[in-house]
Amino acid sequence: MKRHSFLSILFMALVLLVLYLPIVTVVAYSFNANTGRNPVEFLGFTTRWYRDLFSGTRGYGAALWMSAKVAFWSTLISVVIGTLGAIGMTQRSLLPESRRSRSEGIMETLVSLPIMIPEIILGMAFMAVFYGVGLPFGELTLVLAHTTFCIPYIFLTVKSMLAGMDPALFDAARDLGATPRRVLTDITMPLVRPAIISGAFLAMAMSLDDFIISFFVYGPSSVTLPIKVYSSVKVGVSPQINALCSVMIAVAFLAIALSQYLSAIKEARNRRKAAKRA
Amino acid sequence: MRPWCRMTPPRLTLGKVSDMDHQKRDLAFLRLLKLPMYLWTLAFVFVSLLYVVTLSFLTPGETLGATGEVTLQNYARLFDPQYLRVLFNSLVLAFQTTAICIVVGYPFGYFMARLKPKARTLVMLLVIVPFWTNALIRIYGWRILLIANGPLNNLFIALGLTDEPLKLLNTQGAVLLGMVYALIPFMILPTFTTVEKLNFSVVEAARDLGAKPFTAFLTITVPLTLPGLLAGCVLVFIPSMGLFFLSDLLGGSKNVLAGGLIQKLIGSRNIPLAAALSVLLLAVTSAVIVVYRKLGGTNDMSLF
Repeated sequence: MKRHSFLSILFMALVLLVLYLPIVTVVAYSFNANTGRNPVEFLGFTTRWYRDLFSGTRGYGAALWMSAKVAFWSTLISVVIGTLGAIGMTQRSLLPESRRSRSEGIMETLVSLPIMIPEIILGMAFMAVFYGVGLPFGELTLVLAHTTFCIPYIFLTVKSMLAGMDPALFDAARDLGATPRRVLTDITMPLVRPAIISGAFLAMAMSLDDFIISFFVYGPSSVTLPIKVYSSVKVGVSPQINALCSVMIAVAFLAIALSQYLSAIKEARNRRKAAKRA
Repeated sequence: MRPWCRMTPPRLTLGKVSDMDHQKRDLAFLRLLKLPMYLWTLAFVFVSLLYVVTLSFLTPGETLGATGEVTLQNYARLFDPQYLRVLFNSLVLAFQTTAICIVVGYPFGYFMARLKPKARTLVMLLVIVPFWTNALIRIYGWRILLIANGPLNNLFIALGLTDEPLKLLNTQGAVLLGMVYALIPFMILPTFTTVEKLNFSVVEAARDLGAKPFTAFLTITVPLTLPGLLAGCVLVFIPSMGLFFLSDLLGGSKNVLAGGLIQKLIGSRNIPLAAALSVLLLAVTSAVIVVYRKLGGTNDMSLF
């Protein structure tokens, strides 16, 4: 491979520096001892804001709990619906001719539409419909909305994994007398499990992260963490929010480190297995 | 279905189950699997969007709804200069954001793909980590940085670039910065994927045949990595019109974008006008996607 010029390294370093600048700022300011109204000056080190945060008097705990509940339910529902849907739409090798009907193409676009259009449109649509139907805004509306935009993530990951598979696998099982249901439980499901897991993680992350759509369908008793952050941040710089954001950043870092670690272990195990076989 | 699969010896199932029965059962089973997703999508995506389209043709009502009178007024009102300016600004900003993301993100993705495997993994992680931390938080970080007596202004003063604090926050420039910042991973990642798959012996062949490095890059590398670049453009352009919290946090009250306007209109209970604006936004989005497909982009934009 060609050696990298000094300039290209410098360029990448600069971009990464800018990428991390605001994150480092938030973390640094979370330890700022300045208690003024708009505390931008750095006046010494304190962990007071973290203690404040974990004392639980400001409703951050409740917001976190709400975010977790919504993410759990919407991931669970979307995993079931999205996986079955992807299998039902993709596994055409079970059929005599893999003919793609027009309606199926339209449905596929419709299913992935929620993550293709600007979120605000979906948010506004949900708000209008839930209001029109008379559904009270709260946990239920949040779960319904989140599930809708979680389904595409599961659907697309499972679909792309299925599309790359040899249809003979399923045909063989079928020809050997397995019922369609047995093909599903014994062949398809184990094969697409990695896609389901990665899709589920993606969906959960998106649900925990979502602000725009939640903003339109949340109720006063169902404030999620991103909404809490937004309403505090909009007013100005707040030290508790700095601490909260630092904790959220730390959690994101830890989650990524953990997933990297796990995949490294898995890779090592696979390599060992392959070596043994050889 | 590969043709030879149909030519396999007769099935081992008992004679009474004919091939036709098999096919019927399979079809019914697959239909059953699809059913929940179809129903959910029809109920929550199709009906919701249809409802918005309907609302956009109705007259604003007393409360959060609309009266039954059909009208085109909402669309006519979008041509009101104040709204037209917002729409124009949003479009300009979306184009600027996309352009800057190309200029910065494409080379970044290119260089990243050409790193040694270990370094590549590391840089990839470094790009993805901020992407996984909440966008609100990162934008909030910029807010602290850009504030009048904040770190960036102090730095500028210390360096002697300026005597008094510059107005950085609540400007259009701040919104553009935040937009590029929030969306640039969407340009870097698809570019990286296509460059990584690129067979560089083609480029070397061009060089051997006498092409200058830049000519080879322009005539070989760019066309071959165009799919990634196009996907990146779509992934940057579309969300940039709807991120209302961005103009809220960095642009102040003056720099309102299409997304922010929708939010404002809902706040002032003018749902039909907000719906009309959403339909317009949806039309722009669809147009972008149609152009993308015409240019040869694939349907599959899942790059995670």
